[in-house]
Amino acid sequence: MNQESNVKGGEFIIKETQANQVFIPEEFSEEQTMMAQATTEFVDREVWPNKHRFEKKDYAFTLSLLKQTGELGLLGIYVPEQYGGLGMGFNTSMLVCDRISGATGSLSTAYGAHTGIGILPILLYGNEEQKLKYLPKLASGEWIGAYCLTEPGAGSDANSGKTKAVPSSDGKSFSITGQKMWISNAGYADLFIVFARIEEDKNITGFIVEKGTAGISMGEEEDKMGIKASSTRQVFFNDVVVPAENLLGERNGGFKIAMNALNVGRIKLAAACLDANRRIITESVNYANNRHQFNQPIAQFGAIKQKLARMAMKHWISETATYRAGQDIENQIASFEAQGLSPQQAKLKGVEEYAIECAILKVHASEAASYIADEGVQIFGGMGYSADAKMESAYRDVRIARIYEGTNEINRMLTVGMMLKKAMKGELNLIGPAMSVGKELMEIPSFDLPDADTLFAEEKDSLKNLKKAFLMVAGKAVEKFGMHVEEEQEILMAAADMLMEIYHLESGILRAEKIMAMGKDASLQTDMLRLFWLEAVEKIASAGREAIYSFAEGDEQTVMLMGLKRFTKIRHNINVKDVRRRVADKLIAENKYCF
Amino acid sequence: MKILVCISHVPDTTSKIQFTSDGKSLDTTGIQFVINPYDEFALTRALWFKEKEGGSVTVVNVGKANTEPTLRKALAIGADDAIRIDAEPTDGFAVASELISLIATEKYDLVIMGRESIDYNGTQVPGMVAALLDWPFVNACVGMEVEGGVATCIREIDGGKETVKASLPMIVAGQKGLVEEKDLRIPNMRGIMTARTKPLKVIPSISNEVATEAIKFERPAGKQACKMVSSDDVKALVDLLHNEAKAI
Repeated sequence: MNQESNVKGGEFIIKETQANQVFIPEEFSEEQTMMAQATTEFVDREVWPNKHRFEKKDYAFTLSLLKQTGELGLLGIYVPEQYGGLGMGFNTSMLVCDRISGATGSLSTAYGAHTGIGILPILLYGNEEQKLKYLPKLASGEWIGAYCLTEPGAGSDANSGKTKAVPSSDGKSFSITGQKMWISNAGYADLFIVFARIEEDKNITGFIVEKGTAGISMGEEEDKMGIKASSTRQVFFNDVVVPAENLLGERNGGFKIAMNALNVGRIKLAAACLDANRRIITESVNYANNRHQFNQPIAQFGAIKQKLARMAMKHWISETATYRAGQDIENQIASFEAQGLSPQQAKLKGVEEYAIECAILKVHASEAASYIADEGVQIFGGMGYSADAKMESAYRDVRIARIYEGTNEINRMLTVGMMLKKAMKGELNLIGPAMSVGKELMEIPSFDLPDADTLFAEEKDSLKNLKKAFLMVAGKAVEKFGMHVEEEQEILMAAADMLMEIYHLESGILRAEKIMAMGKDASLQTDMLRLFWLEAVEKIASAGREAIYSFAEGDEQTVMLMGLKRFTKIRHNINVKDVRRRVADKLIAENKYCF
Repeated sequence: MKILVCISHVPDTTSKIQFTSDGKSLDTTGIQFVINPYDEFALTRALWFKEKEGGSVTVVNVGKANTEPTLRKALAIGADDAIRIDAEPTDGFAVASELISLIATEKYDLVIMGRESIDYNGTQVPGMVAALLDWPFVNACVGMEVEGGVATCIREIDGGKETVKASLPMIVAGQKGLVEEKDLRIPNMRGIMTARTKPLKVIPSISNEVATEAIKFERPAGKQACKMVSSDDVKALVDLLHNEAKAI
């Protein structure tokens, strides 16, 4: 059921998507499911029981696990077969990333750094010789990769790096000098993707640097809050001579490589949060079922049920949106290949097309995972604060997810920024819909009620209105500030919050609808979707107000606030307490995450 | 050596068991099925034979189409081909009856299976197959080697172990010890991908032997609250055991 999506990147905000246009996790094939189960089996057997070793900074253990994942074929899942990989599709690589990442952030980070930002720059930008030389070693795990972009003075502003690459007089090599920091996998990497500036180029350039090259030295392992056994070091390059054939992509093209690798890194990070969520929810339910207070399991208390239900709801929505976008990317890649693009170009452009969604997912999933880990600790009570229970490390490990692959602030601004740029380039028709929303604001509101016979009529009607709320706020902000809106970070972040909720809400509605279309029971999924809907509407209303108060005044403000009120008005008779209890009761009965 | 491994398709050990509303069958909603763990020990040992002594490993299951993913997992782990005998595995005798004609026609040298399946724990099939074929049979096997057509098997007996010899062809019912848990294989991704290209033959049911019929399933009654009796009140204890529990 790999339906071709006709909704392009970012278009969800102006188009209505149908359930048959999205992929849902219930559609994974038997082969994909078997791959996921095999990965889980590996984690359950080799990783989960050894969780304490990561907290003791056992880097060698992380490395040995990476090597084992290589033997199982998990490192080369997305690498084409001619380069020693398995050549599976994008969403399958997401699924494996999801399942390998759940037990500890240490392995998740090491795996993500290797398969994402370690392998991808070569896969996406390498020439044939580079791919033949390096990809088989990286796909098998014989070599481990690391990605050296960040510098002491260049974090979020990645293109400002000071590392230099000086061309030799004969043009046959470059000499790289500079300092890179927060380099994941540095301690055991055999290959570094290094970004450096050649002469006075506007942008940085990517290079492939092998470990043994003279002039590379390392700082000590960083003492981190979490992901303790993921190696993170500074890497110093002192006159490191790299042959010219190791220049990756084009001179001056490194920033593009860095950004495109990060697009994939972002959506993969969303996937990497998912199995951690499942494990935390399962541990929490199990604990709540076994911990007795006041003569009953604490799972029977409403206060705990409320937490369990919200944890499940947040995870379910994250998972839904992540695999929807993953399949959209896979379909887009296939479509570009059908149009005659090389597989390499198709992979690159396929992800680039959905860069907005990648950023949205990264932020939303990392914040959902943070919430889930936090409540996991809370359900465990005092025990949750003890390093003997698994919650404590989960809580610390998850914190990095909001920071790496671009901070959530940068990503929030990127989502809206990229959308506006697409509109300016004429790739996304935001102006028309934004103008019609503006016109609608001046008219008498429609009193038509949605057709009650349609499935999710109220939710879908509300979704349409929420999109209008975003278009109203973003449209007016652009009208007011023009391209200078990029300097209005507070407004962009508020608009991003609206956008993220809309994408996730739509994904949730479509998943529940599609499950039903498959003839399956989706009553509890509908419950979770409705819980999310109510929360999303509140968030969108609040973010909308934040933006409006930040730039509109007088009559304009009044009109916009009234518009916002109109667009966030919903009709429902949902008893949130009962709905949450239903979801929680199912978790409690199954004693695990089960949706 | 031509080896057949019989595989049962069973609910995962952590499954929450529910029955359908008529009480006549297992409610499979939300249940994940796996290779019967005892059979997995057998399969792993068979793969060792193949890798060390050469030969082939075929896996077979008596079941309907829904069991095929379990067979494909066995293929992903390393079996060469799979056979599904298209029949409901109603009871041990039905399964054994289906298996014997395949075993006799295909002339396997060795048939290994788990000593029981973890769903109904009947422990019947291996013995029945051996009896129906009149082949040597080693039950509860915890170790085996084959040399020159003769198998030396170690089997677990009450309070100890027994080493026996038997000539191939033979039936072995294995358990942990045949290989250890750490030896069980996780299918690698390439194995999973090649599984779809390996043969999975479906053969029709040849036997209508049904010896028993399931009328009703029910769950054990819930545990009753524990009654505490004061340690010096023996009379009350006797009274409870005699009149209430009717144990004495």
